[in-house]
Amino acid sequence: MIYREAGQYKTSYEADQQLFPILQDRVFILLLLAFVFGAMPFLASEYLFRAILIPFLILALAAIGLNILVGFCGQVSLGTGGFMAVGAYAAYNLAVRVPDLNLLVVFLLSGLAATVVGVVFGLPSLRIKGFYLAVATLAAQFFLDWAFARIGWFTNYAPSGSVAAPALTIFGYTFQSPVQKYLLVLSIVCLFALVARNLTRGAIGRSWMAMRDMDVAAEVIGIRPLYAKVTAFAVSSFFVGLAGALWAFVYLGAWEPLAFDVNRSFQLLFMVIIGGLGSILGSFLGAAFIVILPLVLNQLPGWLGIDMSTALISHIEFMTFGALIVFFLIVEPHGLARLWAIGKEKLRLWPFPH
Amino acid sequence: MNLFQKKWMTWVLFALLAMGAVAPLFSADTRLPGWIEVVLGGLMSGVLYSLVALGLVLIFKASGVFNFAQGAMVLFAALSLVRLMEMMPFAVAFLATVAIMIALAWLIERLVLRPLVNQEGIVLFMATLGIAYFLDGLGQTIWGSDVYTLDVGMPKEPKIILESVFEGGILVGMEDVIAAVLSAALVALLALFFQKTGTGRALRAVADDHQAAQSIGIPLNRIWVIVWSVAGIVALVAGIIWGSKLGVQFSLQLVALKALPVVILGGFTSIPGAIIGGLIIGLGEKLSEVYLGPYFGGGIENWFAYVLALVFLLFRPEGLFGERHIDRV
Repeated sequence: MIYREAGQYKTSYEADQQLFPILQDRVFILLLLAFVFGAMPFLASEYLFRAILIPFLILALAAIGLNILVGFCGQVSLGTGGFMAVGAYAAYNLAVRVPDLNLLVVFLLSGLAATVVGVVFGLPSLRIKGFYLAVATLAAQFFLDWAFARIGWFTNYAPSGSVAAPALTIFGYTFQSPVQKYLLVLSIVCLFALVARNLTRGAIGRSWMAMRDMDVAAEVIGIRPLYAKVTAFAVSSFFVGLAGALWAFVYLGAWEPLAFDVNRSFQLLFMVIIGGLGSILGSFLGAAFIVILPLVLNQLPGWLGIDMSTALISHIEFMTFGALIVFFLIVEPHGLARLWAIGKEKLRLWPFPH
Repeated sequence: MNLFQKKWMTWVLFALLAMGAVAPLFSADTRLPGWIEVVLGGLMSGVLYSLVALGLVLIFKASGVFNFAQGAMVLFAALSLVRLMEMMPFAVAFLATVAIMIALAWLIERLVLRPLVNQEGIVLFMATLGIAYFLDGLGQTIWGSDVYTLDVGMPKEPKIILESVFEGGILVGMEDVIAAVLSAALVALLALFFQKTGTGRALRAVADDHQAAQSIGIPLNRIWVIVWSVAGIVALVAGIIWGSKLGVQFSLQLVALKALPVVILGGFTSIPGAIIGGLIIGLGEKLSEVYLGPYFGGGIENWFAYVLALVFLLFRPEGLFGERHIDRV
């Protein structure tokens, strides 16, 4: 009844092609933005910012990056953790070696560094396809893990291999409290989510999707595979690298290469699959699910008043996590974004049956 | 780009690799017995990689599932065996573990594969990741998470052979030799099973074409249970061998990560590929770690295998023995 687009006539191409063609969607998004920017800083506790919101936003950005590659272009990658590490260490080295550089520029440049590395490791995708490519991208993951652990230059010869980020000062303003960090991350993530949404709606996004659906057919109708695949790797790595830099600087503060190991890659892939392949909204939903689920599972025995050892809790957490993944895949293989779309479809008819 | 498509480039690559493998001999400070030891060690660990890779290939051939849970299955089987051996003799414990792995295969087919039939490969792959998490948690919840030593009576002390040929002889670990013989026997057994029995033929038919196999009356679901059971038993053997070498512990499941470059090098659909790929990877890994490692600051065996596999893939995108498929619109 409320969610109905009857009577909303589109009289120009601009109106037809705008980001959210339905008025209710626009209102909803504006309200949501007003809430997360305006109300959230006053409502949420410090714990909520530190443990849930900030990691959720940063991982959502990385998931968008991975979704561009896996969901839109169809190239499965298991090296995302490695590309996040590239972003993190590039940001660290830029900040340490060029102290006067604006931190925003540092973040963008570290995204570009990840882009370069991503393109190099993406080139084999022209020859190698499917699961062969997925395993081949593990080469990137393990090589990068090794490089950051063993090559002293990257960590500025830190004896323990662990490095710390400098203070977050942008234009003389220092982001210190969780709320300030949250607003910083939120702005960056919103901006780049918009960029990603528009990229995937445009010509380049369509060439990625053609590649995904059938690469030979796409080539026949005149899409250059080299160009489409390499740009997908480049854009995806940029997002992932930027997320890596934010993860290291804003969330972790101090880190070692283990923070970006192969488990991070799997975690991000889970987000993309559970959220929904080929959907920007799905990346957010998937990230929220994967960030919140372990926290809930960890606290659940305490809430229920069951006394368990921490080791047992962590094992049962593993089990439940695995079982839930399988369960979700069976119930909705197209992810949470599909559930959202179904819900919207239902809402259009509500309260009538047809 | 055209160079990548030439067939003879594979042979050039092999020749280059062989030269690389022999190259250390021409350096002044390498001794021949030491080099032979490294080569033997590489081949032995290669056989063990093949064993894990074999499980992966079996499942991929029969059901098109890229089974990431193979490593978790190795750990789960080894954990079950080691804890059951505390209660009963080895033979009984072994049979009980086989029964557990078959029950597991049946459960996986019922609860995971059947509802997900006809889904895309990546969804199935993610489901096996979920299975891997589940098995890790389950194994450690039931059997505990300590490090257990698995002693099935393999001789531990190394033996010195060929003393008459080289000064000081060559050091060979007896357990490695036994492991290699066991794996070879297992592979031969599997080959017999696939070639000579009716079930084996049905498995190969399913691997060739699901629909055609189904249309001549082969029950797909039962075939999947059988293939996952066989993969479970292969995992058990791999678990016994790796477990008695390294102790049964969480890190055991990381051997699966070592088996991945083996399967892409050999081809996802080829059993001989898994074996030869394992040997190449094992050999390359050991030789590079010993003779190249010092120049890179060590620890390169974690990625060297992947890069090696990647180089081969550039010239043969479906692995050395994988099925060539022709893309059609």
